[in-house]
Amino acid sequence: MATKKLKKTGLIFFPAFDWAISPTHPEREERLLYTQDQVFEEGILDFDNIYEYKPQIATAEDINRAHICVPDALSVVTESHLISAGGAITAARKVLTGEVDNAFALVRPPGHHAMLVVHGARGFCNVNIEAIMIEYIRSHYGHKRIAVVDTDCHHGDGTQDIYWNDPDTLCISLHQDGRTLYPGTGFINDFGGPNALGATINVPLPPETADEGYLTVIDRLVLPILDEFKPDIVINSAGQDNHYSDPLTNMWVSAQGYATLNARLAPDIAVLEGGYSIERALPYTNAGIILAMAGLDYSHVREPDYNPDKLRQHASVTRTIAEEIEQVLRLWSSRRNMKRNLVGDARCLRRNKNIYYDTDGIRERQTETVRICDDCGGTVTIESFASTGNNILAVILPSRCCPECRAEGEESYGRSKLGKYNHIYFQDRTTGIFLSK
Amino acid sequence: MILGIDVGGTHTDAVLIDGGKIIKKTKVPTNHDRLLASLLAATNGIVDKATIPLLKRIVLSTTISTNAIVQNKIDRVGLLVASGPGLSPESISAYPDIRFLSGSINHRGSEMEPLNREEADREVTDFLSEGIKNIGIVGKFSTRNPRHEFELRDIVGNRACHVTLGHRMSGHLNFPRRVATTFLNEAICNLYQRFAGSVADFALKQGMNIPIYILKADGGAMELARSLEFPAQTILSGPAASVMGIMATTNSREDAIALDIGGTTTDISIFADGVPLLEPFGVAIEGRKTLIRGLRTRSIGIGGDSVVALNDGNIQIGPNREGPAAALGGQFPTPTDAMIVLGLTRIGDPQKAIHSLIPLAEYLHCDLQETARMIFTETCRQIASAAFQFLNEINNKPVYTIEALLTDRKIAPRSLYVVGGPAEQMAPEIERLLETEFDVCNCQTHIPVNYEIANAIGAALARTTAELTILADTERGILTIAEDGSQVAIPANFTLADTIQVCCERLREKIRLTDDFVREPEIEVIESQEFNIVDDFCTAGKNIRVKTQVKPGSVGECK
Repeated sequence: MATKKLKKTGLIFFPAFDWAISPTHPEREERLLYTQDQVFEEGILDFDNIYEYKPQIATAEDINRAHICVPDALSVVTESHLISAGGAITAARKVLTGEVDNAFALVRPPGHHAMLVVHGARGFCNVNIEAIMIEYIRSHYGHKRIAVVDTDCHHGDGTQDIYWNDPDTLCISLHQDGRTLYPGTGFINDFGGPNALGATINVPLPPETADEGYLTVIDRLVLPILDEFKPDIVINSAGQDNHYSDPLTNMWVSAQGYATLNARLAPDIAVLEGGYSIERALPYTNAGIILAMAGLDYSHVREPDYNPDKLRQHASVTRTIAEEIEQVLRLWSSRRNMKRNLVGDARCLRRNKNIYYDTDGIRERQTETVRICDDCGGTVTIESFASTGNNILAVILPSRCCPECRAEGEESYGRSKLGKYNHIYFQDRTTGIFLSK
Repeated sequence: MILGIDVGGTHTDAVLIDGGKIIKKTKVPTNHDRLLASLLAATNGIVDKATIPLLKRIVLSTTISTNAIVQNKIDRVGLLVASGPGLSPESISAYPDIRFLSGSINHRGSEMEPLNREEADREVTDFLSEGIKNIGIVGKFSTRNPRHEFELRDIVGNRACHVTLGHRMSGHLNFPRRVATTFLNEAICNLYQRFAGSVADFALKQGMNIPIYILKADGGAMELARSLEFPAQTILSGPAASVMGIMATTNSREDAIALDIGGTTTDISIFADGVPLLEPFGVAIEGRKTLIRGLRTRSIGIGGDSVVALNDGNIQIGPNREGPAAALGGQFPTPTDAMIVLGLTRIGDPQKAIHSLIPLAEYLHCDLQETARMIFTETCRQIASAAFQFLNEINNKPVYTIEALLTDRKIAPRSLYVVGGPAEQMAPEIERLLETEFDVCNCQTHIPVNYEIANAIGAALARTTAELTILADTERGILTIAEDGSQVAIPANFTLADTIQVCCERLREKIRLTDDFVREPEIEVIESQEFNIVDDFCTAGKNIRVKTQVKPGSVGECK
């Protein structure tokens, strides 16, 4: 394959060789060890168009723009989370200031299962590093339309939750069907909140989806939707657990598949999410993605045990994927007509959620109320009761908040009283103001 | 008594040191066609029949390897490369005679695909038929398992006149650099062997029956006999000699910036606690990035003889040099001329200096003094700016552990060492600019004494340096020493402490074998990491990585 146009690519490589959830947990010290070996041995850092940067350390202020942490931001994270979120922020900064054309935050621990309210860790994630990065971008570089394409094998439920009501943040998640894999969500009809219909897109894929299936979804679904949404920035939540050797999942994607997917999607920023085949997959998938982002030739990147004949996608899988693409596109094209049917005359819409924090064993019951608004994402009020004994209320003003939503949100926080709640929070995604009582 | 000789591009300097004191020094022109004549001339000036028996050690630095590469006077090298999957072979194809072979080793050192011996044999026969007698053999991940490189060496057998194996060049992972280093090592090996042979003959004829050392790019010394296997290590030993000279003559233990301001270029180096910093992977020469351990220096095209010109109405210094300063008969104004006009130095013809600045002054509507001041300040500013940027890059280098990131030590220079022709005139201005424009405060200027022969002093006092890299894989039960390619069996309960012990012992042996001066080498553990190897959620073993070094230093100080 001929080399395409070279790009200046920033690389924030932070393997956190001194941090693990537990010694045999998939999210442990040497997860990126062999990736580092491969990247070093290939001499990838020597290319003139690849720039390596040290991650900055995220602050409580950075986290508070994206999350409601209970009781507060610094209690739910360790230094490793601050560095991994900081790594994503550094990637964004280098791209937004024009120092590089695109950037890859090759950091751990991951974050895409962390939801808006954080009582603890779920799915190896404490805080959502992409969301922290997105809110950093908006607070430092002005309001942007942002698309997150989550290609981790698990549904990006955390990112979806944080942006459920935000019409300016498009969250597309491609993942193994929730009926067969954690976290068990992410179905086609999950399509965004009433003020943000179509800003959440889910494409559950059948087990044993191979390169062909993934690339078909990118070409026929993701790229056309991005064309219509017209984002200022495209972010790839680049989980690498669709790999055929991953111990936790059942997909058939190869390093070539990952590199090609990245080349076609051409994200401005990629952030590593999951991927736990640390010896057989990650060294090759990461090398492939870096080369693809930099516009370098990745055609020789392949796993030593790669056998295309064994990974040929079954016809039934291809059929299922084609049908799903049709369904999602039908939904997408009718997104503007859905609100009236869904909302009717209601002034606000409410949804109840039960959330389980598998990593920390916490149960949470949540009620989310969103003000119906045609001018912005709408003020959101959340009541959350966790098995830790923490009961909280949170008022969230959306980015680009309209005056009515602002007035209502400020009034609602002002009159709220502790009593049945231990904590009450106010998050303004337009101004970055965060308050609590 | 130690005899230090620096064979530089223009001059050959020699210095005789005893008990930290310079006994004698000399400077003769270098005759590039007859380097040995230069050596003889320099030596004859300072040693005689009475001092020869007192000599304990001779250390040379030479530009012969560097010049051969820069002038492309190198031999053809046949490269046999087992590149395995990964980067496209096209990305390392910038070699005239390179053949890619099948066979691959992975990151853990396991064989993934065997070599094809017939294919390899065909390529060797082909090289020989083309008259190529120098062969370089490189495998991807060969520092993790050198088996394929050994097999290929056996296939070549004694058909080539010389063979270099990639893993011997360095313990670092970096395949394209390993190819470049192996190539350079072979390309200059015949030339270097002739040079080393003549040096040995010369010493013998002079009755100097003592160890002879050659300075390496990392500022360390290497025994002449040992250097025959690693000629590439002697490239860029000129700048290294200068930095080691500064180190020996200042004997500082602080963070520092060192500037060597020459006619054409200024070389910048950085010291941490008095020790010069090394390149993280290796030095670059003629655009080739290598794994040759070397001092971290940066060269900018600004010096006393840089051409001063106008560019868009602004003063531009360098990067070219077109002969000497106008005051000394050159055609163009230079920073040296500006210094003459300002009365900072008294060399050459002041009228010629003034004359050369007149057109600039007219264009800028300034008087001569003002113009000269602007040129002088701009020259110093560019040097200060480059030094600051270099320092900044070093202070922002990536790290890979939380501890390292949180406890990141920044280099905060307390001293500014300046050597070279205009050192005394420029140093105060550079110090001022560093403080006022770049916020590098409390950095005090020092002009080392004897700086005109700093290179020879640096060579004389350089001690032996070395590095050793070990990977212990308890699941596979193998310990691999990267640099010598040896592998030994280890038990399943082998620990990080065991690995560190082996690594230190082996390095100590290596140093003792080659350097009589160093009885207890200061060994430093620069990397020690231990990882679990997990299979199906159970710990199956440990992957232990240790790297030790003897860092650059002096066998004694010099005042």
